[in-house]
Amino acid sequence: MEKKKKVLVIGVIGADVHAVGNKILYHAFTQAGFDVVNLGVMVSQEEYIAAAIESDADAIVVSSLYGQGELDCRGLREKCDEAGLHGIPLVVGGNIVIGKQRFEDVEKRFIAMGFDRAFPPGTTPETTIEALYELLGMNGDGE
Amino acid sequence: MKAVLLIDFGSTYTKLTAVDLDREELLGTASSFTTIETDVNDGLTRALAALREQTGEVQYTETYACSSAAGGLRMVTSGLVPELTGEAAKLASLGAGAKVVGIYAFQLTEDDLEEILASKPDIFLLVGGTDGGNTACILHNARVLAASDADFPIVIAGNRTAARECERILAGKEVYVCPNVMPRFGVLNVEPTQKKIREIFLERIIRAKGLSAAQELLSDIMMPTPSAVLAAMELLSNGTACESGIGELVGVDVGGATTDVYSIADGMPEHMNTVYKGLPEPHSKRTVEGDIGMRYSIGGIIEAAGIDKIAALSGLSPARITELVALIKADKSTVPIENGDLEALDFALASSAVLEAVKRHAGSIYETYTMMGQTFVQEGKNLTHVKNIVVTGGSLIHTKRTAQIVSHALYSPSDPASLRPKQANTWVDRHYILAAMGLLSTHHPDAALRIMKKELEYHGDSE
Repeated sequence: MEKKKKVLVIGVIGADVHAVGNKILYHAFTQAGFDVVNLGVMVSQEEYIAAAIESDADAIVVSSLYGQGELDCRGLREKCDEAGLHGIPLVVGGNIVIGKQRFEDVEKRFIAMGFDRAFPPGTTPETTIEALYELLGMNGDGE
Repeated sequence: MKAVLLIDFGSTYTKLTAVDLDREELLGTASSFTTIETDVNDGLTRALAALREQTGEVQYTETYACSSAAGGLRMVTSGLVPELTGEAAKLASLGAGAKVVGIYAFQLTEDDLEEILASKPDIFLLVGGTDGGNTACILHNARVLAASDADFPIVIAGNRTAARECERILAGKEVYVCPNVMPRFGVLNVEPTQKKIREIFLERIIRAKGLSAAQELLSDIMMPTPSAVLAAMELLSNGTACESGIGELVGVDVGGATTDVYSIADGMPEHMNTVYKGLPEPHSKRTVEGDIGMRYSIGGIIEAAGIDKIAALSGLSPARITELVALIKADKSTVPIENGDLEALDFALASSAVLEAVKRHAGSIYETYTMMGQTFVQEGKNLTHVKNIVVTGGSLIHTKRTAQIVSHALYSPSDPASLRPKQANTWVDRHYILAAMGLLSTHHPDAALRIMKKELEYHGDSE
């Protein structure tokens, strides 16, 4: 029997319509051996959760490009817990906050919100893929 | 002459339509009160006699039938997430012509099971999980059903990883396995399940509901009546290789107990700045509003529209309306006489039924501002450019004000979020032939289409 691929649910959160990065991530993650459920742009917390339940996802990857990520992401962990997705890895990246802030501080705030990883602007897909392999206990070939 | 007889066993009437295949025209239509409790054949015999009065002695070379008798095809569905596989299961069942009497999501509870057993469905549709996705829910629900004394057929159409195990869990029951109704996130695959549902209907339900005696008369095909109507709508819209259809359409059937709405249209967003949300809907979509109907569900119409709106449309006072509604509730077979108060009330009720049912069927759009400027979010189908509305049902075909009633199906500037057709031609099913033509289309699509184009009464643009 074919080994089941790890499933990622991805999308751009909130009232954010930046579609290009989302498509790039979709292709990068697929090539890296993941089964990707792409929710596209303007995704609500509830949509990530519904898709993750239905597809039995291994991780949720949230993008935010328009600076409101911190507001949009607040409460996602608690809602995941409520919906029975206990301990599902949550990863966030993009221009997740406004203005010049030290990323270490930003990262701390997102970790405190229940995210497992937070990535600054300019992160390459490869970096995120490495982090996902590590989080999901996979080797370098997506196995 | 090559004559074909088409029978629609309804819950209250058996309707017959006779057509001449060679000349592609109607020979006659007739109906008779159905007595399913005693013998469905009595109603059929009387209707046949009434038909003979119109047509004279006719030898039918083929006979086909559809049925919504004894409550029609009653189904219960269970999915995982309500908006995802839960919705997919509902769409699949409605599209197969079923009356969905129960919709469940997530794990079935003991209370759910009691409700399900009490509702005695004809078929249970068990789904949940995308392929390779969640298996826990559908396996749990299979176990719940297995441990019960459920004796209805169960169609499994969920996560393929769990399908065989569900089948094993349910061993001893009548079980069918179909491909997943939502194999991947946001992708529907409902046709194989719908085909299986119709097959089960044919084999089991017809027999159980006492129609087998009538079946001897039939050459072929028994389907649920709504499924026949949907087939007629699809044919009328899409056409055949030899005869063109009329293009995308919206169909409305205002009945006594429910209002059915059909759309044969894509309805995806038209502009780049519109984002689509929710499950993509099938090209052929059917919805049933169980609380919107001219007699049994009269209360639902008034609740949805508000008594003031009914008063404004009918020109009657709220007090008079309450009086008339009580009258109708006491005798469901009340039909209006011309120019009376009841006719005015029925006009208002039908208009409101059309408005509410089409509004629920059609998609909606809202405007939002993002950092990139104005953006629109669309949910459901955009039907604004659909150019045809097909209507049927007593309140729409036995009135001179059909066009006025139908205008309520259209887009309204006062409710711009509702994506209903902006401008459309109306096709009125004056002779009640849609279900019959759907049946005929299974073997003679070209003839069925040409008869519909000839017999449906056409009214140009209404705005």
